[in-house]
Amino acid sequence: MRRLLSVTLTGMATLPVAHTAVAADLTVKVEIPRLSVAEYHKPYVAMWVERADQGVASTLAVWYDAKAKEGDGGTKWLKDMRQWWRKAGRDMKMPADGVSGATRAPGEHPLTFTDGKAPLGKLPAGNYNLVVEAAREVGGRELVRVPFTWPPQSAQSANAKGEHELGTVTVQLKP
Amino acid sequence: MNTRKLYARLAVLALAALAPLAANAHRQWLLPSATVLSGNDDWVTVDGAVSNDLFYFEHFPLRIEHLVVTAPDGSAVKAENASTGRYRSTFDVHLTQQGTYKVAVVNDGLFASWKDDNGQTKRWRGAPDAFAREVPANAKDLQVTQADGRVEAFVTSGKPSTKALATTGRGLELAPVTHPNDLVAGESSSFRLLLDGKPAANLKVEVVPGGIRYRDQLQDFSVTTDADGKFSVKWPAPGMYWMAAQAQQDTGAVKPATKRRASYAATVEVLPQ
Repeated sequence: MRRLLSVTLTGMATLPVAHTAVAADLTVKVEIPRLSVAEYHKPYVAMWVERADQGVASTLAVWYDAKAKEGDGGTKWLKDMRQWWRKAGRDMKMPADGVSGATRAPGEHPLTFTDGKAPLGKLPAGNYNLVVEAAREVGGRELVRVPFTWPPQSAQSANAKGEHELGTVTVQLKP
Repeated sequence: MNTRKLYARLAVLALAALAPLAANAHRQWLLPSATVLSGNDDWVTVDGAVSNDLFYFEHFPLRIEHLVVTAPDGSAVKAENASTGRYRSTFDVHLTQQGTYKVAVVNDGLFASWKDDNGQTKRWRGAPDAFAREVPANAKDLQVTQADGRVEAFVTSGKPSTKALATTGRGLELAPVTHPNDLVAGESSSFRLLLDGKPAANLKVEVVPGGIRYRDQLQDFSVTTDADGKFSVKWPAPGMYWMAAQAQQDTGAVKPATKRRASYAATVEVLPQ
């Protein structure tokens, strides 16, 4: 699967003042594409920070049909986000406070996470991927990866684009 | 009962007795509707059949009289809505527990062949206690084999567990190294075969991907178990796979058998990355 990966680095001039300890921020913008299909369902989406060894550092968000009657929806389809399910989902309990929420409509959805605060937690320095996996009822499944290095030394932005179930996923870092 | 009904009954029994024998050349398999599930109240429907091609119903149903479903806590679970049709048996399993279920059909019995007064080869298959009744005592060229067969599939709801995967120590069994519901295309998985609880060394394991109807080549391959009974498979593509092995021995057979044939077959699902 080909993905358009563009990584843009924007450096910011640092002011020569005493450095105050401010926790770094990670902002993720997920674009859910508007699709014209006969039967449209908002996708199930999982977002996580993937370590260099492919393990999961933390699950940041899970959008699913939490209110659905068991057997008809709800957790039954979480496994369709198959990579997340295998690496983290099946070890978690849904709903998960501060992580899980309802499915989202087409559009851009920003989420901001702070170093040291749940669900990002204290992320050790290193190279990571921000991964978003989407699965749509009577539709397909897609996974998008955006690499980033932590902690950011300067404000940065990177993005990757899905082709059918996900639009652009943008990762913005703020030191 | 009248003679006609009796003959009809015997014909059906004879057919049933013959079916597994003819099926020795065929593949026996279980096919679950899913192997990785994430709900809190999931069900799976499992099909069982004996056929040439995988995983198509085109020959005989798998008889499920000796179906054993083991729940994650190790207890036996009753299958529901079971039925046996022309080409397949079907049953449902209600996954009330989180963890791994093992679905197994165990057919242990004796297989006998002999020559009748006309020189025709007769075959019989059944339980040891029926042997004395149904096989002529001084049959000519009598060969009796102890046939232990096990057909399995594995299903996990939520987080995989291993209690249900415990082997019984009888016959040819799979002791997983890689969890059988954790198989992904492109990755390598390891398993162990045990015969009566001990490593089944140097055994050829046949691995066949399903879906032959839509391609020209079978794309099957085989691996051999090492001294520890272990073998590894690197999955070339996602899909359902059938893994099978047979062990033949001239020792250790239960009387009146003089030979022993233990077979194992499992259906595993390999998911895409």
